[in-house]
Amino acid sequence: MLIFECPYCGVKAEETELHAGGEAHLTRHGAGASDDDLKSYLFMRKNPKGVHFERWQHANGCGKWFHAARCTMTLEVFGTYSAQTFEPPAELVKKIKKKRPDWEGWT
Amino acid sequence: MRRYSAFAVAREALRYNKGWGRAWRAPQPKKHYDVVIVGAGGHGLATAYYLGKNFGITNVAILEKGWLGGGNTGRNTTIIRSNYLQDPSAAIYEKARGLYETMSQDLNMNVMFSPRGVMMLAQTQHEIRGFQRTAQANAFQGVKTEFISAQRVKQLVPIMNVDGPRYPVLGALWQERAGTARHDAVAWAYARACSDMGMDIIQKCEVTAVNQSGGQVTGVETTRGAISCKKLAILVAGNSGDLARMAGFRLPMESVALQALVSEPIKPCLDVVVMANTVHGYISQSDKGEFVIGGGTDMYNNYTQRGSFHHIEETVRALVETFPMISRMKMMRQWGGIVDVTGDRSPIISKTPLGNCFINGGWGTGGFKSIPGSGWGMAELVAKGEHGPLTAEFGLDRFNEGRFIDESVAAGVAH
Repeated sequence: MLIFECPYCGVKAEETELHAGGEAHLTRHGAGASDDDLKSYLFMRKNPKGVHFERWQHANGCGKWFHAARCTMTLEVFGTYSAQTFEPPAELVKKIKKKRPDWEGWT
Repeated sequence: MRRYSAFAVAREALRYNKGWGRAWRAPQPKKHYDVVIVGAGGHGLATAYYLGKNFGITNVAILEKGWLGGGNTGRNTTIIRSNYLQDPSAAIYEKARGLYETMSQDLNMNVMFSPRGVMMLAQTQHEIRGFQRTAQANAFQGVKTEFISAQRVKQLVPIMNVDGPRYPVLGALWQERAGTARHDAVAWAYARACSDMGMDIIQKCEVTAVNQSGGQVTGVETTRGAISCKKLAILVAGNSGDLARMAGFRLPMESVALQALVSEPIKPCLDVVVMANTVHGYISQSDKGEFVIGGGTDMYNNYTQRGSFHHIEETVRALVETFPMISRMKMMRQWGGIVDVTGDRSPIISKTPLGNCFINGGWGTGGFKSIPGSGWGMAELVAKGEHGPLTAEFGLDRFNEGRFIDESVAAGVAH
């Protein structure tokens, strides 16, 4: 069972307490964007084998959305962080890189 | 190929079953093939078979990283139906269902297709309207389905509690000619027929890179050496994203885990397939007597072939309410498969940005039932380089144009 620590309320929440929200850090194109940009925002996903940055909502808790880094091959959770950011914290990226030397890094 | 027949059974009975031989060869990979197919599951093998049968292309290799039919072909709940709302989906699933009906004769192997009927329960007013609409659409599409009453449901499935406290059964969408088939036999039958046509099925051969030059595919690197090819077809379900990355393009899909479980075997008591979309569960009884049960997918990306326990609990809880008699049954095995889910919950059968490289994937939770239709259409696309009418709507370009085949609404969970 997946366990994430909510970065807002500090609760260690297991997955029935949470709602998965898919890939994080998407560029959210709006009206007037090109077809390709809209497609990329709405449908195209990295879907990596390995390190994945994603959004979760503490649905049955504080209700807030946060970000998490997780491995899709082992289900290991590397860490969670605030959703008020465009990229993962450098510390977390460094920690993942240490654990997964083959990982191509945050892009 | 030695034909399977009643006579062959009698002949082998007289000589201690020593004359059966291998069903398919296990060759060394050659350096070059006209067509290389990645993935020896149902879809890959069916594509190979119809390439040979319909288009005479037999210089084909089918590469499989594990063992034949060991991915989602060996992990599904074997349901076959075609009661879809949208025209393109109804057409390809109905083509598949039709081919399943004659598959045992066509491939000379018993795939145990059992047209026992599939029932999708309506448990809310919304579902009644939805299924009546689907039945109407199916009538126009030439797919025989009907909306039946709760009394008829009870007649067909006496063990069902149609007056459940939470979600009483209000009716059902009933497709009489839908049913189940033996999933392994489907893969084995196609493999045997492909091998017989001279195609090479190469197991334990993982593709590690896709070679290209000037925007055209030239071959693949594998764990058993480089293989060059004129055309490449990718049919790898949950691993589509990985293969696409090797080929240098992205896909509008994500891989998630879908789980199933089987009970201990009991005496026959359920001779149709029952799907309950509102409460997330579907159930049928196998020929061995086990209840085969499936539920919903997890919502997060996953490549581990195992899913969340709370989904099993939800599924079983829902089914216990509908079938009170299973409340004391033991569940024997549980497993997960990785399905690739697209934005509109419909498959992708398409050319790709890489020349002469074709992809078939995104079947999500509905792959097994579509195997023959998918292979039929994919073979045409690979052979001619252009879509036939069966697959024309399933191209990747639909995501640019907003031309979706929106089945996520039509089929709900039990896709």
